[in-house]
Amino acid sequence: MSEPTGKPADGPVGLVLVSHSAALAEAVAELARGLSPGSEVPLAAAGGGPDGSLGTSAERITAAAAAADRGAGVAVLADLGSAVLTVKALLAEGDELPDGTRLVDAPFVEGAVAALATAATGAGMDEVLAAAADAYAYRKV
Amino acid sequence: MLDAAFFRRWMAEAAAVVTREADRLTELDSPIGDADHGNNLQRGFAAVVTALDAQDPKTPGAVLVLCGGKLISTVGGASGPLYGTLLRRTGKALGDAPEVSREDLAGALGTGVQAVSTLGGAAAGDKTMLDALLPAVEALAVSFEAARAAAEQGSRDTIPLRARKGRASYLGERSVGHEDPGAASSALLIAALADTADTATDTTAPAKDGSDV
Repeated sequence: MSEPTGKPADGPVGLVLVSHSAALAEAVAELARGLSPGSEVPLAAAGGGPDGSLGTSAERITAAAAAADRGAGVAVLADLGSAVLTVKALLAEGDELPDGTRLVDAPFVEGAVAALATAATGAGMDEVLAAAADAYAYRKV
Repeated sequence: MLDAAFFRRWMAEAAAVVTREADRLTELDSPIGDADHGNNLQRGFAAVVTALDAQDPKTPGAVLVLCGGKLISTVGGASGPLYGTLLRRTGKALGDAPEVSREDLAGALGTGVQAVSTLGGAAAGDKTMLDALLPAVEALAVSFEAARAAAEQGSRDTIPLRARKGRASYLGERSVGHEDPGAASSALLIAALADTADTATDTTAPAKDGSDV
């Protein structure tokens, strides 16, 4: 599923932000874009539930992942409970998300900024995942 | 033996009972959760009923796989991927057999429950749906009624537990003293199964007098 190391990717790694809140997903996307000006990384927000209220929508996630896919994999960041579980369940289905889609183990805001900045350098999926996960190591106190 | 029609009736009965009990589920989800469990499941099972009408799956496994996929895509809360995974994995474990025995179902449901445990990273005693489902699977090897009783007891047994998964886990000790809404809805799902089995054994044909509507 993931690209072998060293093989040139078809395009940048895509990013998807899954939050219980549509406003939060959009705002984090805007923040990450603002901190990586000029980035051409496809970044899609999938916030809110099936009826637009707080929650998780599998359909929004699959649509966002399809939109962010350039063939180099899609890194998905999720905020809480059902967002994480829905991404995992979709990954387990096997055919719901683009090949090379990975759930990122990272804090939502910091992970999104790190993932986008790294993907913008042309880095591959493994590097994007590692940069986002690194955000856990940054202690604030 | 249980055929696709039996499994369709089970899912329809589950949808009916979730609708009847939606307010109680949401009430259970208010003190320790985010107060949407009843509405979420109601939306999911309504989609399940619509999908079953439209698609007419021919085997027990296909019925459950279809229903599980619908729950994942429509519920909107954690119960969607969890119940969706439960039904999908159970359905896949049943394979494409046109009819299955209660023992087959017990075995397949065990596989589904294990998948739920893996997905959510939860185990027995964490105050989750597993506390109703694990004893129900074991008792289903004996009878449908035993499964119903075990699930209901398992759900009540979550009351003194401290939540270790989901939003309720943020409450720590304050989650003690409340029945887990996921365990309660799991008990409803198993009760719907037992009711469906009752109907199936009462007569050779499904009840048509509207008594359970």
